[in-house]
Amino acid sequence: MLNITLWRCSMDKILRINMGAEGGPKITVTPLGEYAGFGGRAMTTAIVSKEVPPLCHPLSSENKLVIAPGMLSGTVAAMSGRLSVGCKSPLTGGIKESNSGGQAAQVIGRLGYAAIVLEGKPVTEDLYKIVINKDGVKISVDNSLKMLPNYDLVAKMKTEFGDKISCISIGPAGEMKMNIASIACTDMELRPTRHAGRGGVGAVMGSKGVKTIVLDDTGMSMRAPKDPEKFKDANKRFVDGLKQHPVTGQALPAFGTNVLTNILSEAGGYPTYNFKQGTFAGASKISGETMAELETKRGGMPTHGCHRGCVIRCSGVYNDKDGHYLTKQPEYETVWAHGGNCGIDDIDSIAMLDFLDDNFGVDTIEMGATIAVAMDAGIAKFGDAEAAIDLVKEVGKGSHLGRILGGGAAVTGKVFGVERVPVVKGQAMPAYDPRAVKGVGVTYATSPMGADHTAGYAVATNILKVGGFIDPLVAEGQIELSRNLQIATAAIDSTGMCIFIAFAVLDQPETFQALLDLLNAFYGLNLTGDGFIALGQKVLSMERDFNARAGFTSQQDRLPRYFSTESLAPHNVKFDVKDEDLDKVFNW
Amino acid sequence: MHIQIKLFATLRKDRFDTDQREYTAGTTVLVVLNDLVIPEGEAAIIFVNGKHAGTDHVMLDGDTLSIFPPIGGG
Repeated sequence: MLNITLWRCSMDKILRINMGAEGGPKITVTPLGEYAGFGGRAMTTAIVSKEVPPLCHPLSSENKLVIAPGMLSGTVAAMSGRLSVGCKSPLTGGIKESNSGGQAAQVIGRLGYAAIVLEGKPVTEDLYKIVINKDGVKISVDNSLKMLPNYDLVAKMKTEFGDKISCISIGPAGEMKMNIASIACTDMELRPTRHAGRGGVGAVMGSKGVKTIVLDDTGMSMRAPKDPEKFKDANKRFVDGLKQHPVTGQALPAFGTNVLTNILSEAGGYPTYNFKQGTFAGASKISGETMAELETKRGGMPTHGCHRGCVIRCSGVYNDKDGHYLTKQPEYETVWAHGGNCGIDDIDSIAMLDFLDDNFGVDTIEMGATIAVAMDAGIAKFGDAEAAIDLVKEVGKGSHLGRILGGGAAVTGKVFGVERVPVVKGQAMPAYDPRAVKGVGVTYATSPMGADHTAGYAVATNILKVGGFIDPLVAEGQIELSRNLQIATAAIDSTGMCIFIAFAVLDQPETFQALLDLLNAFYGLNLTGDGFIALGQKVLSMERDFNARAGFTSQQDRLPRYFSTESLAPHNVKFDVKDEDLDKVFNW
Repeated sequence: MHIQIKLFATLRKDRFDTDQREYTAGTTVLVVLNDLVIPEGEAAIIFVNGKHAGTDHVMLDGDTLSIFPPIGGG
């Protein structure tokens, strides 16, 4: 009896649900087998790269959606609430790991599952609801949920199952299998505000007929470490390190990620009017400083954690002018995408766009980048916030225009004959122009994920002077910077830790050691810094291998040509990192 | 010479958002920091006209000096 309880608490089961089994969805629970030792991104990448045929259609029965908590999720370790969602991406055609905060990772970890794998594809048009609690797994048809936006869906699940649940869900965008569809995870207040946003993972969930996974860990315990004393000590040192670093201990809790608006605009690297220039005149109106002040004034919260055990608390709560909840504090990437990139300088409109994106279930980065491409096509005017809101509502409705926009920036650019479309591997660039922040430009070009800033956040060292300093305006040093960050990130993404620990871990060796000590104390390992790097390299190698088998070549590791030929004001810079150097990023 | 000074995030507290000030030619960034009583460690990111600069950078007439405390995001 005791063994079964311990086994249940140690996150060593894989839950597979074959949505296309004869007679209806079939549930299988197995031990980890060859996937033992993996977690988070390492787990999703290992399963996808082994089990998904790289040439399959992403919406077919051959694709798999892998949902995996990190190695430390479900423990009392601070910051350990990140969830990885992996598949072949409908947006990029390559492997995808999309990462989300919220409660789901910790709850899945405590329920004992190292991965939930959705396989196959239903033969009927039915929509399914999956419920996982201490008693097991139940899956049932619930067509009353069809086309519910995420907030309404969660309200319905709360009525049905109580308020101790967490939800993973898709909105109408995922049901319509749009390339920009996200998967929502509820936060501590049971709001669908955290998203596995990038790469169309919501479309894959929709193609498998799953609307929501309702999770309840009532009756389950925290996962127990092998060495509780060492674990407790390591956690204390880890938390101390995070609190003492000025970014994780002060700036992020006070202002959130949108503190970056002013600095990127001052640095001349803030993509404005669909990447036409690097400074936005309206930046301070939509800055983190302005937003924090407004939130406080309206009774919202400028400091808020997205999952239990977060000590950084970079999130917040944004109320409308009447003091009613509107949305979570919009992130920098969201504010940029719907703000300066579209020429919009009204923060309330941006907050409304954030709410709509969350409700329809779309990637805020791709949505904003797509609107800007649509503006370049003349579908709306740059700066017209009302028009932007209307365009997002078209997406939610699934009108023909909405379906086009829901295909993402590359699809929209193709349909409307737009020349300048800022994508790599079909995925839109986030909130840093690669010409003025060249390190992140290397990451955009070479990451197996497509244009992705978190995959190797060179902005930290190019702009923020974290982990040293490398001039953002020159090509030198950027290859090594991006390589090291991509490796470190792939490893961190496997632990379940929020990537923002990197600010403290890059600057403070003792905090990096505390992270290793957490892993070692929990699992009884002897992982060193070299071992951590080896984990990151392994994950990246599996991803590169999948992409190669999917047909990717070095030609996919390039920025669009115009970034090398057209200068960006105010610094008049072009992306001049050589192609042959981009091909060296994965040399190890 | 005239320069524009912009302060951000926590540096604005008890100071200002933006100001125009006069300094003698050859003034360095460090002089301005001392004038504003900003300890060097708190001026984590310094731009002159949008480019990274050190505290020994010599200011010129018409320059914009932007100063940030340690910040991050993603």
